[in-house]
Amino acid sequence: MKARIPLTVLAAGLMSVAGYAALFIAPDERTMHEIQRIFYFHLGCWSAMFTALTITFVANIGWLLTRRPQWDWLSVSGAEVGVASCTAGLITGVLWGKPAWGIWWTWDARLTTCFVLWLLYVSYLILRGLIEDPGRRATLSAVFGIFAFLDAPLVYVSNRLWRTQHPAPVLLGGANSGLDPTMGRVLMISVSAMLTMMLIVLADRYRLERLRHELDELRVAGETRPGELVSALAKAPRN
Amino acid sequence: MKNFQFLFAAWMAVWAVFFIYQVSVSTRISRLRDEIDRLKQPLREN
Repeated sequence: MKARIPLTVLAAGLMSVAGYAALFIAPDERTMHEIQRIFYFHLGCWSAMFTALTITFVANIGWLLTRRPQWDWLSVSGAEVGVASCTAGLITGVLWGKPAWGIWWTWDARLTTCFVLWLLYVSYLILRGLIEDPGRRATLSAVFGIFAFLDAPLVYVSNRLWRTQHPAPVLLGGANSGLDPTMGRVLMISVSAMLTMMLIVLADRYRLERLRHELDELRVAGETRPGELVSALAKAPRN
Repeated sequence: MKNFQFLFAAWMAVWAVFFIYQVSVSTRISRLRDEIDRLKQPLREN
């Protein structure tokens, strides 16, 4: 909690520097020219999304192995932050697609697998909302979460396996891939900014889940000990 | 700069998505805190 303010300042500072560097410092790319600068925000969003969803995947396995509620709190937090990052990634992709390709969207392998990933994690969150019992909810969503994560590596390799409208990978993409050193530095700043922001939101979302657990325990205590607590509970709105 | 509106929109979209999400998480946290305080109040008084 003490690190919250410095971290927020750091994230805001990094985001501002990343925006400035992407718009004014990074050199123009040869074929797409200035519109390629969206790449720095776009890849930052995907880095945040893959990190958040990997955390969810690890937490899902953690829950199934240990049944400790902390793993479940972490998994839902990661999934929600992952969906937010994926949404930002899809929006920046659409805003890049229109000027670069002349179309907002196309159903090529990369875009389709991304969209499916977004749908899978939205379904994961909906599924959690449908199950009342916390233990059953955690187990079913963990199993579904592990299944949903299978699409994440597929998104990564899709433009390596198939010919896509989406550009070929610029990082770890083989002999013809690579970045200009200045572009690489700007990309590092953008990815760091997005990861810092993602971690702050993830920590807050985890805190929310911990409070929800505390509230559930209070409600159970109220049900087993009739009296003032129950009357207070009756007046309290349910989330 | 050509296509500046798309670049600016992309940068703003990233900010907007995270800002709106953060506001939603903070609102839910404060609502839960209020509810927990309301439930704990009778226990403190007894």
